[in-house]
Amino acid sequence: MKSPATRLSLILLLTPFLLWIVLLVILPHLQMLRVSFQVRESWDTLSWGLEQYANFFSESYYWRTFVRTGVMSLFTTFLTLLIAFPIAWYIARLASGRARGLLFLACLIPFWASELVRTYGWMILLRESGLFSAWLQALGWSDGPVEMLYNDAAVIIGLVYNGLLFMVVPLVTTLDGMEENLVEAGYDLGGGHLTVLREVVVPWAMPGIVSGCIVVFMLTLGSYLTPTLMGGKDSAWFTQQIFTQFITRFNWEQGAALGALLLGLSSLIVWAGLKLTGQSLRKVMG
Amino acid sequence: MATPSDLFCHQLIRRFGNHPAVDGISLDVPAGTFFSILGPSGCGKTTLLRLLAGFDRPDEGDIYIRGERMNRVPPNHRPVNMVFQHLALFPTMSVGDNIAYGLKRQRVPAARRRQRVEQVLEQVGLPGLSGRMPSELSGGQRQRVALARCLVLEPTLLLLDEPLGALDLKLREQMKVELKHLQKQFGTTFVYITHDQSEAMVMSDQVAVMKDGRFDQVAAPEELYREPATAFVAGFVGDNNRLRGQVVSVSGDRAQLRLTGGAIVEGRLAAPLEPGASADLYVRPESLVLSDGEVAEGLSRCRASVRTTLFDGANSRVETDIGGEPVFARLPQHGSAPSLSAGDSLQLAWEPDRARVFGAATP
Repeated sequence: MKSPATRLSLILLLTPFLLWIVLLVILPHLQMLRVSFQVRESWDTLSWGLEQYANFFSESYYWRTFVRTGVMSLFTTFLTLLIAFPIAWYIARLASGRARGLLFLACLIPFWASELVRTYGWMILLRESGLFSAWLQALGWSDGPVEMLYNDAAVIIGLVYNGLLFMVVPLVTTLDGMEENLVEAGYDLGGGHLTVLREVVVPWAMPGIVSGCIVVFMLTLGSYLTPTLMGGKDSAWFTQQIFTQFITRFNWEQGAALGALLLGLSSLIVWAGLKLTGQSLRKVMG
Repeated sequence: MATPSDLFCHQLIRRFGNHPAVDGISLDVPAGTFFSILGPSGCGKTTLLRLLAGFDRPDEGDIYIRGERMNRVPPNHRPVNMVFQHLALFPTMSVGDNIAYGLKRQRVPAARRRQRVEQVLEQVGLPGLSGRMPSELSGGQRQRVALARCLVLEPTLLLLDEPLGALDLKLREQMKVELKHLQKQFGTTFVYITHDQSEAMVMSDQVAVMKDGRFDQVAAPEELYREPATAFVAGFVGDNNRLRGQVVSVSGDRAQLRLTGGAIVEGRLAAPLEPGASADLYVRPESLVLSDGEVAEGLSRCRASVRTTLFDGANSRVETDIGGEPVFARLPQHGSAPSLSAGDSLQLAWEPDRARVFGAATP
């Protein structure tokens, strides 16, 4: 049996973690859930009801934004994976020693600045009077200034850029642990490049791929700054709806309902992703 | 040539920077034989194997497999498969999928594939294990799966890169014999590299002893053991004793040496030497006869003092001292050996034909 001393140290060790989870994660979410089921009948009377959720389904703007945010987040995650995989492969398998450290650093450096600064950096490049527009004109490929900001492509560029590191790190970790000869064995037994990638490399890297995708997807789905700044007025990201309800319209009940729905969506998609790839959360995160 | 050999290489050279890892290797492996390349680590044998598999390209020279030039053919189009040192079984696939991987690439239909997998698993002695994952198998079983994965493709040439290295001693002994049987059973040409001379000797039809990127000698195991062509082969293949001295006289292929301790001994010359040259005489522990009195006429003899006896069953030896150099002799365990204790003086004798004399390497 455990002695009282070990039990005490266990409790002491767990306390910060439990405080963190209970006070900062579980309590606020429970509170939010409670608020989302309240219906304000007049300025001082509340009753229970599903009105907020009914609003979401009856107001097409809400659920269209909801679906659009989900689809674009999935697309962004997929694109991030496509871009991050070769980078991770290079860092894990081809680069050695110093080059490896430098490449990792290069991926990390953008994160020394805040998301706001990074996003404004992209805006300086993409805007009508920005660098890319000036180059296009200087090269004679365009007659006038080109506006590259304030469209979905710009939003996705920004989101991919923000997510890249979180995809590269888990990929490098898993690819790093792959036995040197597996790829050679794949070729030796008659496989071409695509076969080796599909049958040998990707199955091996699956835990890293899934964990990177989960993190990037959640970051993207919940991001607010990048879609707002780079997408402009019409960007319609679901987090903006939540912001509007809470801050602009003081409709906390509606905001809370939308927040709960977003949480539900991200949990659902992560669960589906894990089921689809046959991974378990424990394997992916551990 | 009527039928081209399964593997023919001509003057292969592969350099890394200025260092030639493979330095002018030519070899010819007839179909259906077990060919081993034996050498210490760093001698270039793995580099050579990777050239044959196609993972690396030679800087000079040609590789022919069944008469077809392979220099520019990528590994997935060569009729060659490799068993890797750490096996490299695909950990995400079951045993059956591991074996079927190559068949799938050859577009063998699924039903036929399943049949072939079961068949080859039976041949390597693992029937019914196709549903297991590699991580659920023992070391010896994994070994067999790695072999089956290659053999099912019926390659012209099977390359093996020290695959027994990771097994424990007992299993290794067992797999040695089994590999030899499998090779005979499948009739595939095996090219096996190892630093373990016992593996090479037991299994091979031909052994090439490799040193510093070159072949010192290519011969059948017995010839390698009895007639080593160089001092390196004599010292590397099997246990051997080396006695340093100077040639005092030569008659025919016999040479007499004066050892540093003053004794005169006799052995057979591996290459012509002039009197006065410094030379090494190699004599195997089992060629030495122990006696404390008279020995038969015609034997070369030498006095030695006992350092210690090493009991190891049938492998028991006595360590003696001749002029400060250790000399081991086999200690027969059928009761004929005299009882020995440290400090005893005894006489070692040997048939001069059983000892080989090489010119001493210039220091």
